[in-house]
Amino acid sequence: MPEPLLVIENLHARVASGDKREILKGVNLTINKGEVHAIMGKNGSGKSTLAQVLAGRETYEVTEGSVTYMGKDLLELSAEERAREGVFLAFQYPVEIPGVSTSYFLRAAVNAVREHRGLPEISAPEFLKLVRDKMKLLHMDNSFMNRAVNEGFSGGEKKRNEIFQMAVMDPILALMDETDSGLDIDALKTVSYGANTLRSPERGILLVTHYQRMLNYIVPDYVHVMLDGRIVTSGDKSLALELEAKGYDWVEKEYAQPAGA
Amino acid sequence: MTQVAEEKDILVSTYAQMRETLDTPSTPWLDELRRAGMAHFEKVGFPSGREEAWRFTNVAPIARTKFTPGLGTITPVARDVAKQYSFGDKAAIELVFINGHFARELSKLDRLPGEAHVGTLADAFDADDQTVRNNIGRLVKLDTTPFTALNAGFVFDGAFIRLPRNTTIPAPIHLLFVSTAGADGQPTVCHPRVLILAEDNVEAAIVESYVGPEGAVYWTNAVTEVAIGKDSRIDHNKLQQESLRAFHTAAMHVHLDRGSYFISHNTTIGGRITRNDPSVKMAGEGAYAVLNGLVILDGEQHCDNHTLLDHFSPNCPSHELYKHVLDGKSSAVFKGQIYVHPEAQKTDSKQTSKSLLLSDSAEINSMPALEIYADDVKCTHGSTVGPVDQDMLFYLRSRGVGIDAAKHLLTYAFVADVTRRITVEPVRARIEDFMAAQHGLPQDLRITDLSDFDAEVL
Repeated sequence: MPEPLLVIENLHARVASGDKREILKGVNLTINKGEVHAIMGKNGSGKSTLAQVLAGRETYEVTEGSVTYMGKDLLELSAEERAREGVFLAFQYPVEIPGVSTSYFLRAAVNAVREHRGLPEISAPEFLKLVRDKMKLLHMDNSFMNRAVNEGFSGGEKKRNEIFQMAVMDPILALMDETDSGLDIDALKTVSYGANTLRSPERGILLVTHYQRMLNYIVPDYVHVMLDGRIVTSGDKSLALELEAKGYDWVEKEYAQPAGA
Repeated sequence: MTQVAEEKDILVSTYAQMRETLDTPSTPWLDELRRAGMAHFEKVGFPSGREEAWRFTNVAPIARTKFTPGLGTITPVARDVAKQYSFGDKAAIELVFINGHFARELSKLDRLPGEAHVGTLADAFDADDQTVRNNIGRLVKLDTTPFTALNAGFVFDGAFIRLPRNTTIPAPIHLLFVSTAGADGQPTVCHPRVLILAEDNVEAAIVESYVGPEGAVYWTNAVTEVAIGKDSRIDHNKLQQESLRAFHTAAMHVHLDRGSYFISHNTTIGGRITRNDPSVKMAGEGAYAVLNGLVILDGEQHCDNHTLLDHFSPNCPSHELYKHVLDGKSSAVFKGQIYVHPEAQKTDSKQTSKSLLLSDSAEINSMPALEIYADDVKCTHGSTVGPVDQDMLFYLRSRGVGIDAAKHLLTYAFVADVTRRITVEPVRARIEDFMAAQHGLPQDLRITDLSDFDAEVL
């Protein structure tokens, strides 16, 4: 009997300021524990917005619908509370934070989650062991920890840092926003390998991607196609291949709603 | 108008009357310096907001406060403050001044290498020291600001540092200026003076600390003159941690000879109204000046830094980085003047001012002012002002760090960009202690101490 981890029902969201443009126009999606879902779509379809809304980004405003995560109303929680409850967003554009070392940043993150779970602060040796293991997993240099968060990192290094953080944080729901963009094939393999270690019957992964490429390495159980703020079709991994072969124009012809409908 | 003018005259004449009551060491040249200082101050008076250099700094609260001359008595309060801010064994030598008067029994007067001399101006005046006579008032003129004239008018003590050729001082020289209110809490004023003469090939770090007991009302009006010889390296730190009700005005002029290096770390974390006029003249070819500043204010504090990088000779680089963290209704002014004389070809000057506004009511006026009269130079300036970066904030929150902790961390990181450049450990520690107290960060998570990860892991 599948156990739902995340249930999204009729989710509508718009930009919170400025033109208040509606981006999500009724998304429905259920991710059960143990499943890997991929959302594909071309730029502007709303797939990255969905990932950010789920992570609690306040630049978007939910106007309708609901999101239930492990039986809780996810939309009631702040971004930090979601993270502490096990939601992790691997950013499409990781942020540089000059002056904050990666080791400080990670320790603060790990301890925030531990405090939430009623655990004491992680000890220095424990933290070092945890970090060292995950750095090996992602072929990362030790000097990484002393560098300011993402400062001066190449695009590939930033993405690897995201998956490294994900591995250290050990989330229950991993949201990966275009993690494959800007990666060469070796980095893509490393990052995918890191992400695959998170696959377990207790967790769920939502991949957002433009291309089918990464799905060769992180093989999804379900593939959904997003168009104009809605999921218009779903299938198994073969849908990604079909999409790759036919292109997004095919989706538009097949599923676009007539204006005014 | 008449009324205003009369008030101004009365306020100014108060100082002339105060001057007459003081019994201070006397030599003809010193008397002349004081007379000229008073005369100039009486002529120009307190600066008004109509003057360009004082447009954003209102000194009326200083002018209207009735001050009495601060006494050198070592009261229990003065002793406590001196102890609190002492560098202890971390200083090569530590001169403590109470309201401008040298306090021998609170000072640490160890021997310095070679012929290096760190003493008081009062002793030098008593001895009719000709080196002091020839150098005092040479770099900071009476008309630098009205307050430099007033300082000259009242000069009687301060620090005199003379570092002969080829001297290296291994630990910082600490000048600790403690100001206190009077016995009944009445506001006091003092005019500390520092004269630093470093000859050729000298290396030293000098720290001026300006402190006082919390809540005390007083005015510190300081003047520092620094002459640096060929190929010398001087690391100058000024840490202003005055009472939040105190006033602080100060001018520092530095003269650099050929191939010398001067770095200034000018930190303001105390005081109600602060005005600094640091100025460096690169007089010799290849001299290198760095002016770094950090201003952290809250409540109704105000700080105005008017800096000048004066490029007088060819091939001189200069770098300037001033950072402001402003909370509450605090306000700051940064005026960054770079003046490149026609002879100063191949000048390479870079100026940056960055301000973090932690409240909607905080205010910064950042004004670069470049005057360039040479044609083969590189001068750049940049200024940023804004609240905590929203993308950084969300990134931290998405990792579980609470919003307040995330804001504190980003503020700390903003400041660390300046503090990590400070090499005098007790100065950096004091700023970090202040940040930790203000932002509640645990001591063991100091950012600048986290460079030992490799050593720990490998």
